[in-house]
Amino acid sequence: MAPKASSSSRKTERADKSFLWTRKDLVGIDELSSEEIVHILDTAESFKEVSTRSIKKVPALRGKVVALMFFENSTRTRMSFELAAGRLSADTLGFTAAGSSVAKGETTLDTVRNIEAMGVDIFVVRHSEPGAPHMLARKVRGAVINAGDGPHEHPTQALLDVFTIRQRLGRVDGLTVAIVGDIAHSRVARSSILTLRKLGAEVIVVGPPTLVPSAIAAMGCQVSHDLDAVLREVDVINMLRVQFERFGSQLFPSVREYSRLYGLNADRLARCRKDVLVMHPGPINRGIELTSEVADGPNSCILQQVTNGLATRMAVLYLVSQCVA
Amino acid sequence: MHDIVIANGRVIDPAGGRDEVCDVAIDGECIAAVGTPRGKARQTIDAKGKIVCPGLIDLHVHCREPGHEEEETIATASAAAAAGGFATICAMPNTHPPADDERAVQYVIQRAAEAAQARVLPVGCITKARAGEELAEMGAMLEAGAVGFSDDGDGVASTAVMQRALQYAARLGAPLMQHCQDPDLMGGGQMNSGTTAVRLGLGGIAASGEQIMLRRDLKLVEHTGARYHVQHVSTVGSVELIRQAKQAGLAVTAEATPHHLLLTDAACSGYDPNYKVNPPLRSAADVEALRAGVADGTIDCLASDHAPHAKEEKDLEFGLAPFGIASLECALGLYAKALIDSGWMDWPGLIARLTTGPAAVLVRPGTDAGAATPQGLAAGAPADVTLIDPGKRWTVRPAKFLSKGRNCPYDGWRLKGRATATLVGGRTILCNLPASTMI
Repeated sequence: MAPKASSSSRKTERADKSFLWTRKDLVGIDELSSEEIVHILDTAESFKEVSTRSIKKVPALRGKVVALMFFENSTRTRMSFELAAGRLSADTLGFTAAGSSVAKGETTLDTVRNIEAMGVDIFVVRHSEPGAPHMLARKVRGAVINAGDGPHEHPTQALLDVFTIRQRLGRVDGLTVAIVGDIAHSRVARSSILTLRKLGAEVIVVGPPTLVPSAIAAMGCQVSHDLDAVLREVDVINMLRVQFERFGSQLFPSVREYSRLYGLNADRLARCRKDVLVMHPGPINRGIELTSEVADGPNSCILQQVTNGLATRMAVLYLVSQCVA
Repeated sequence: MHDIVIANGRVIDPAGGRDEVCDVAIDGECIAAVGTPRGKARQTIDAKGKIVCPGLIDLHVHCREPGHEEEETIATASAAAAAGGFATICAMPNTHPPADDERAVQYVIQRAAEAAQARVLPVGCITKARAGEELAEMGAMLEAGAVGFSDDGDGVASTAVMQRALQYAARLGAPLMQHCQDPDLMGGGQMNSGTTAVRLGLGGIAASGEQIMLRRDLKLVEHTGARYHVQHVSTVGSVELIRQAKQAGLAVTAEATPHHLLLTDAACSGYDPNYKVNPPLRSAADVEALRAGVADGTIDCLASDHAPHAKEEKDLEFGLAPFGIASLECALGLYAKALIDSGWMDWPGLIARLTTGPAAVLVRPGTDAGAATPQGLAAGAPADVTLIDPGKRWTVRPAKFLSKGRNCPYDGWRLKGRATATLVGGRTILCNLPASTMI
């Protein structure tokens, strides 16, 4: 259901100090209230300082075990969570599906239950199937953090994105954000739409009709197939990665054509507001969705996003750890 | 002296146009008389306050045997059928190996003779190995006892193959039962296309995929004169296409399932694989159109599409779990909820969709299909009788099912109306349904 942007969301951009976090799991933004989102951002704010110390570590999760269950490949999300857990002094267990018992036919649930039997407190789960973390959250005692479930959600990415927007532009409420690219298959898009709407921003999703399902409008966003038409109105432009694996299904004719219609280059950037914020969840295909001069230019906050990912994930790990029995 | 007299029930027999309180007498395997039979009975079943009707027929059941006996067997499926009020079920051929030849059909008949508590009528494949390429030996399967043909689980994708199948089956007089779904549009679909699928990030199965194949087939039926049965209709557009085809005089029949008459795709929101079914749960408008279609006769039959799966198969991520809902034992109460409780139909109308409706699909003009086509409660007809307590309130408890399937989204549902006894050929009497399933 489309969360309505309300005027009251403005005052929630800074959370009530007495707010009490009660969730064992973070499976999606869909489940969160705007107060909970702001509480995560504020908690992340306080963890940000840890990374500036000479000894970059706090004992918040000392004695806790965090299992990084990456049933699908990932580089930055995995490293970010691993580093975040380390800075909180947790022990981490690594896992990748290739070469594991999953390759021998074990189910996701059995794999996680077996690892839980070793005494794990928090599972960070990346999986190609939508809803996999939700299933696990119902069936295991430990906390479950969704690190991306197929095309469904990637909550920590959306959280670090709004953290970055708030840092750079001072607010989220009232902004207009364009999310450009393969919306249909993007977990970043879904989590971002939900987060931005809950915090009072307007969202326009942009891409070719084959990659932007019209039903996405029910999530509370506008749909456009014309990037040039929206450039002037946006405060933030989030460029999603072109997923080359989609070519096989002929969802768009060619990289060249995609880049021409939906790529962000200097010419298009010049038609945006001067202070427009350019974001990208990575990894970038340089020259396709973003030209290098845009990706590395003053409007870009791509590396800042990565830096903020650490504090955001520390906040999420810390908060759920408080609710694990 | 009669073997059995079912006394003082409300006898509803759509085949004979009867709806009155009277008795039904049974001698051996056949109905002896209906009305006020003379003489005593060895056994009297008091049916006061109950409905007495011809044994219910379910055209669409997955018995899983051979190949997946861990999910269901002919014995367990037929026991579940009898417990649910069904005297006759049709076994879908997508077993392993599929029932695509005479021997496979004979195997189902043999296993049914050995173990079944209800009549189990085999449906054969339309194409060899359900591959959609070469026609299966429909003539030989028909002689062996098949009652119709289907590649259920998949539609016959090739227009040319479907045309040949219809031409060929037209001569045999047997119905071709189609699972309408254009495979090109299936993609990696997991649930109905729409806002819920988009929000959940699950691949959609568009309503148009069903309608495109149905529309194609109706054009082929027009030219071949074959008998064509639409399985598990799920969309408002399909109901309308069938309505038009019937108005145009085509030999088209159709069935609807309990889940398509009761549930919408919103039920998939929690990623519970028990709501994953093919065709998928659709919108509220589709549910409403299906109910209207059943009520006005556009949809001739109610069929469960009982699709049992082992626990470990459904204990998976939504996208990895197989399609299917096990519902044979609670189907009757679900139909009543969808169609009677909601005011669309009364019991005589509902019973027609479960007796004369499916029987008309199975009957072959000019042949004596015998037990395959119960003729209602007429003297001399096989004594297939179902007793229903229309006011019985009960709770669905899949853990107590006689079926092996526990993949049932109706766990804990309160229903009104259930079968209290099923007689099959006067032989099997299940007056004492498992007490555990009753409240």
